[in-house]
Amino acid sequence: MSGLGVETGALTKSYGDVTALDGVDLSLEPGKIYGLLGRNGSGKSTLMSILAAFQRPDSGTVRVGGHDPYENGDVTSQIALIRESGDIPQASVRRVLGYLATLRPAWDTDYAHHLAERFGLPMRRHAQRLSRGQKAALACVIGLATRCPLTMLDEVTLGLDAPARYLFQEELLADYVEHPRTIVISTHHIAEFGDLFEEVLILDRGRLIVHDTADGLRERGVSVTGPAETVDRFAVGLHVLGEQILGGTKRITLYSHPGQDLERQARVAGLELGSLPLQDLFVHLTTGKDAQ
Amino acid sequence: MFDDRTPIYQQIAARLKQDILDGTLAEGDQVMSTNQFATYYRINPATAAKGFHQLVDEGVLYKKRGLGMYVTDGARAKLLAERRERFFSDMVDPMAAEAGLIGVPLADVVAHLEGIEERRSRM
Repeated sequence: MSGLGVETGALTKSYGDVTALDGVDLSLEPGKIYGLLGRNGSGKSTLMSILAAFQRPDSGTVRVGGHDPYENGDVTSQIALIRESGDIPQASVRRVLGYLATLRPAWDTDYAHHLAERFGLPMRRHAQRLSRGQKAALACVIGLATRCPLTMLDEVTLGLDAPARYLFQEELLADYVEHPRTIVISTHHIAEFGDLFEEVLILDRGRLIVHDTADGLRERGVSVTGPAETVDRFAVGLHVLGEQILGGTKRITLYSHPGQDLERQARVAGLELGSLPLQDLFVHLTTGKDAQ
Repeated sequence: MFDDRTPIYQQIAARLKQDILDGTLAEGDQVMSTNQFATYYRINPATAAKGFHQLVDEGVLYKKRGLGMYVTDGARAKLLAERRERFFSDMVDPMAAEAGLIGVPLADVVAHLEGIEERRSRM
């Protein structure tokens, strides 16, 4: 099994007068690792809960592996949505893991115990009495050991300290190569998790504003520095995300289009061209004048 | 390990080339599998594979079906030639431009380089 694909069409969802999703068209290929990025309240959790059939959209279509997942046990048994320290039964860690083994067809008990040991989880402790970091670690263990063809991890790493986050990344990749599946990870640790993603989705106020390969995005975010006038002339017709002025020098950040040969143009104009880290690009795209 | 500005696959290709140039990887050596590489450096396996495939396309690595990837015979000489070709435009021209900007005569630069060569020959 190498993962389930996902298709949504014009997906909308509101809570009262708050629009959580505003016409989301999404297409995820099976077997890739996706980063789902967005600010708080951008609709990430709502989107994932609809894909996992935890709730229904107000309108629009959802297909997971070609089928509507809602109240469809054959499909939902292949979908896992793990949310930050939530949804965990009230029992000892050992019993929680044992319970999931009966619930999830692809569950790997040995692997779950291996992970629990690596994260240093106390097997006999009641899940409710775990520390925040331990709860997050338990969520990670569950997320990986279910081995679901569509695995969605919603901010599971939030409570983990840095060594535990590295451990999680290591284990996730090692298991993914052995058992390829579709994995969607939402996280605020963009700089740290960026290298894990094959493709990146950015939600902003309920709309999908970016879907690109992670490497493609790294190439699209560009900064241009030089004399203010020259930079202004250079910027005409380009998608400017932000600008900074220091004396007579100006630095603008651009969201370039693939194939625009900015490097050559900048060289000709005598301007300095730099690239933008993924996290900076994310910040620019989801704040300020571009995020309306 | 990787900067988050340049596409990772390009950084992987550059790193492998450096390993071949400095002899860490010899011609005929097997290179790490893309999956090993991805897990070790905590990067996406598809991205790692793209970096490796770029080197296959350039003839620096070759695939043995079912076995893995190996460094091509003659890869080092080829990479050296590539680097030498770019040496003057990438390193020397910018240095000359900087020297001009801050008023260092090129004669001084030449004298400095000759000094380095003389010290080297005495070692």
